[in-house]
Amino acid sequence: MAATPISTKRPIRWHILVLLAPAVLVYTAVMIIPLFGTLQLSLFRSVERVQTFVGFDNFRTLFGDPRWSVNFWNALWNNTWFFIIHMLVQNPIGILLAALLSSPKLRFSAFYRTAIFIPTILSFVIVGFVWKLILSPIWGVAPNLLDLVGLKSLFAPWLGKEEYALTTLGLISVWQFIGIPMMLIYAALLSIPDEVLEAAEMDGITGAAQFWKIKLPLILPSIGIISILTFVGNFNAFDLIYSAQGALAGPNFSTDILGTFLYRTFFGFQLQLGDPNMGAAIASMMFFIILTGVCIYLFAIQTRLRRYQF
Amino acid sequence: MNTARSSLPRTAAAHAILLAYTVIALFPVMVIIINSFKSRNAIFRSPLTPPGPETFDLIGYTTVLSQGDFVGYFGNSLIVTVGSLFFVLLFGAMAAFALSEYRFRGNTLMGLYLALGIMIPIRLGTVAILQLMVASGLVNTLTALILVYTAQGLPLAVFILSEFMKQVSDDLKNAGRIDGLSEYRIFFRLVLPLVRPAMATVAVFTMIPIWNDLWFPLILAPSEETKTVTLGAQIFIGQFVTNWNAVLAALSLAILPVLVLYLIFSRQLIRGITSGAVK
Repeated sequence: MAATPISTKRPIRWHILVLLAPAVLVYTAVMIIPLFGTLQLSLFRSVERVQTFVGFDNFRTLFGDPRWSVNFWNALWNNTWFFIIHMLVQNPIGILLAALLSSPKLRFSAFYRTAIFIPTILSFVIVGFVWKLILSPIWGVAPNLLDLVGLKSLFAPWLGKEEYALTTLGLISVWQFIGIPMMLIYAALLSIPDEVLEAAEMDGITGAAQFWKIKLPLILPSIGIISILTFVGNFNAFDLIYSAQGALAGPNFSTDILGTFLYRTFFGFQLQLGDPNMGAAIASMMFFIILTGVCIYLFAIQTRLRRYQF
Repeated sequence: MNTARSSLPRTAAAHAILLAYTVIALFPVMVIIINSFKSRNAIFRSPLTPPGPETFDLIGYTTVLSQGDFVGYFGNSLIVTVGSLFFVLLFGAMAAFALSEYRFRGNTLMGLYLALGIMIPIRLGTVAILQLMVASGLVNTLTALILVYTAQGLPLAVFILSEFMKQVSDDLKNAGRIDGLSEYRIFFRLVLPLVRPAMATVAVFTMIPIWNDLWFPLILAPSEETKTVTLGAQIFIGQFVTNWNAVLAALSLAILPVLVLYLIFSRQLIRGITSGAVK
């Protein structure tokens, strides 16, 4: 052994391998290989129980065949709207709450923080059913509340109407996840050094002007991160719709998003049989959509954001 | 110095907005818990009043506990969560230490490879994961869930922990080396205890999605013996949808354990987020 030329180099540091191996093995075997397995499966089709390579035929079917494409474009558009709701409602409110919480000498801020974060820790099953019950016209919690403020006429069975159901679910999801942007922005605001704020005050920039001119530019990187987290989370969503509306994403598929579409396609429902290959094709599309979003963020947005070092 | 930043009307407005949002955040949860202790008539007649002596009723809870095996589901959830958490923390910390401590060829690449999973959700590999589990005979076992959740939790754990491990002083580790400690002992005896706060943060972040997940239990382990609380509650509620007492009680039972855990760990969680690990 000692005579071999290898031993003249540095010895192999086995401990690095030992330390890395378990994580890399589990991660590769259960996450990366299945991910590529799914991509590969989407290029095959089961012909008389034999998996045959069909190139991009499954994708052609998904985009072109009216039996699939109507559902697919519907799910994709719904998913986009779901994301838009989050960007327009969740993130601005989250930033507002964080800005209020981070104001110095605010009393009870720990209480507010803890309470507002509570919906985030609840499971989708709980959130879905809780809101289903509250919005239910049978129970009447929501109509009664609206009655208190004299707006009972505004009440509609929101989850049951095609035109409102998706927006309602989007707002429920916002209710659930607002804690995450709030916390991340709160952390970013706390990390702004006092000297910067004091200097702003010396120049007479206080209150709202201070927020817009000083703090907001400094927390832009964090806003970028919450946007991309929202994007990945939304295009991967499934549980809330499934627990509130079922796999059929009713009424009349108006709340169908890519996650529920994937579930139905892969496992089948009622009269439709499950189709792993088409399911894999949908999962691959989700993969590419998310990958595109992440790449846009990493290369186009993140590199242009100014970061300030204190 | 802070006078300009805290005038009275502004503080009052801040409190008003925060309080209003706190009510929005807590109201649905309160409605469910309050009504789960009431009789069926009272639930419908006056949903917003707390249970009084005449309306107090535990019928919902007795139905839930006699019909569904919630104790078993709870045990399954606990095994899966604790098991996955253990492996995520152990394997994650080991890999994070290797990446942050040693320079070797492919270090950066390995870091990027492991970080990929933060952005790409594991759920997209479900089709192939199911095939893998069928092939290895792990369908309807808790092992399958633990494996999947370990893989799911590792990327973020490695990322956060390696950031923290970079901050552990080199002098300390070198002192250990001079004293003849092996690399493993340096990791387990010196570094691990020092990053304990970061481990707690990772634990909380890993725990919540695992406990609440519906997708993988539904697909990989839907049998009665392996149901988790989340899946059990989902199915129970689907079957008892017209029995409002039972549904409300099941929801409350599913809320309580997470709520208690959260209130215990909330300081740790908030400190973890605000300490800059996730920025």
